[in-house]
Amino acid sequence: MKPDMSVEIAGIKLRNPVMTASGTFGYGKEFADYMDLEKIGAIITKGLSLRPKAGNPTPRIVETPGGMLNAIGLQNVGIEAFIAEKAPFLRTINTPVIANLYGNTLEEYGELARRLDKVQEVAAVEVNISCPNVKQGGIVFGTDPRAAAEVVAMVREATIKPVIVKLSPNVTDIVVMANACAEAGADALSLINTLTGMAIDLQKRRPVLANVTGGLSGPAIKPVALRMVWQVARAVKLPIIGIGGIMTANDALEFLLAGATAVQIGTANFLDPAAAQTIAMEMERYLADNGIADVKELIGALRY
Amino acid sequence: MQYKAMVISNQEVSSGYYRLRMTAPKELAEAKPGQFVMVRVNNSIDPLLRRPFGIFDVGSFVPEYADVGRQTYLEILYKVVGKGTAMLAALHHGDHLDMLAPLGKGFAPGDAGEEKILVGGGVGLAPLYYLAKELVKNSRVHLFVGGRSREDVLCITEFERLGVETYVATDDGTLGERGLVTEVLEKQLQQGATAKTIFACGPYPMLRAVAAIAGRTRIPCQVSLEAYMACGVGACLGCVMKGRNHTEATPDYRCVCKDGPVFDYQELQWD
Repeated sequence: MKPDMSVEIAGIKLRNPVMTASGTFGYGKEFADYMDLEKIGAIITKGLSLRPKAGNPTPRIVETPGGMLNAIGLQNVGIEAFIAEKAPFLRTINTPVIANLYGNTLEEYGELARRLDKVQEVAAVEVNISCPNVKQGGIVFGTDPRAAAEVVAMVREATIKPVIVKLSPNVTDIVVMANACAEAGADALSLINTLTGMAIDLQKRRPVLANVTGGLSGPAIKPVALRMVWQVARAVKLPIIGIGGIMTANDALEFLLAGATAVQIGTANFLDPAAAQTIAMEMERYLADNGIADVKELIGALRY
Repeated sequence: MQYKAMVISNQEVSSGYYRLRMTAPKELAEAKPGQFVMVRVNNSIDPLLRRPFGIFDVGSFVPEYADVGRQTYLEILYKVVGKGTAMLAALHHGDHLDMLAPLGKGFAPGDAGEEKILVGGGVGLAPLYYLAKELVKNSRVHLFVGGRSREDVLCITEFERLGVETYVATDDGTLGERGLVTEVLEKQLQQGATAKTIFACGPYPMLRAVAAIAGRTRIPCQVSLEAYMACGVGACLGCVMKGRNHTEATPDYRCVCKDGPVFDYQELQWD
């Protein structure tokens, strides 16, 4: 019998738990030649800001053992161009689209959510609070529970769409952040964003990235991500989307055991543009091979 | 498209430089000069990312190992610079590779009968060979090629066999003239050499010098860029270059993988 792969996150029905992570999947269309976009659970867009954003100077990426560092700097077309130029393609795809949004100020987060509220093809918003904000005296929304709660409350008020908050791992206690977002009205949490890292060119005695530091992703961060998903799942009632170095179906299933309802595939999309579809397919095969009727049976089913 | 290729041959053509020929689906016969491939050198996570290579050649052959008729092959030219390329160098006939190809936009060949100039440095020569094969069908082609030393000047015989006239420059003077290939190019242009188009591929400083020459001589010029990239399909935004009108307030970044790797030199900001 075909296992039931469907899950639900904050009222959005997904045909399977596999989503594509923001910043690794463009606006979806980039991957249409390589995979069937209707074989995955959801598409999450590149982070959108109010105005088009140039991003950082190059080099922006560098490979590291088991991972990569990136400092793209949120280059994106801006919310208006997204709605006018990118959303029409996504409308033709029968897969939920989640818009990732990023503001420089509290007000910008609110404004973005208000604009997306009217965009029919957007099923939910994912709030990126994991990037530094200099406008508020160096406060980083993603590492200060009070600031994070303010952003979430602002977005919550601006849209009736489900609000997913993407958490940064660069904190002392991620549970504190998770609780703050939950209390402020988040419908779901996605974690983790990249871990801050750095690479140095010994010969040149210079940082490799023009931005000096960047975000580490890929298999290297999976153990950290698993631990944080497990911690947050035990502490917070909200559904969790696990992210961090997922390369295979087995990796994805481990995140479910740790307590995630769904997962996001990020860096793996770069290695293999069909990765998300392959992972979804192989998760289903794992369930079939192991006589598991429903993928939901695995969520939080870790044995001690 | 994504496909599995089988290694046909993998030969060291000069110290540290290899030509890797592999099978390709028949669709690759339509690949344009200047397009590139992303190679996954193994199935593990080390190295993690694919490696981009310009297409050196595409053609067809009749395999000895099976009775399958005429097959398409694709060839890359690469230099061993790190772990990924070292792993490539260790491959043998019969090994398999996961490929994304053809990627990006290629060269616009220009009109038939016009004289063409190619400028290449090191492995930057790779896409120029496939281009030369096309151009020599109806144009006179001159190649200016540069390298650090004589072992960095590759495949000259192959170009000459196509009927391409070659000019060589090396930094240490061990082959051709001593100096930069762009100096040789500039001298030839001053001495009356003409062309309707310049096609260039190589390290960024060489391309910048070629772009400057094109600007001075008003000869149309297309450059093929190299860049760090993760995905090759326009998603990671790791490989961007500044477009001509780029400013912080009105961003105009171009993806080398998707908008290039070939650009009209006037499309870009040269810094």
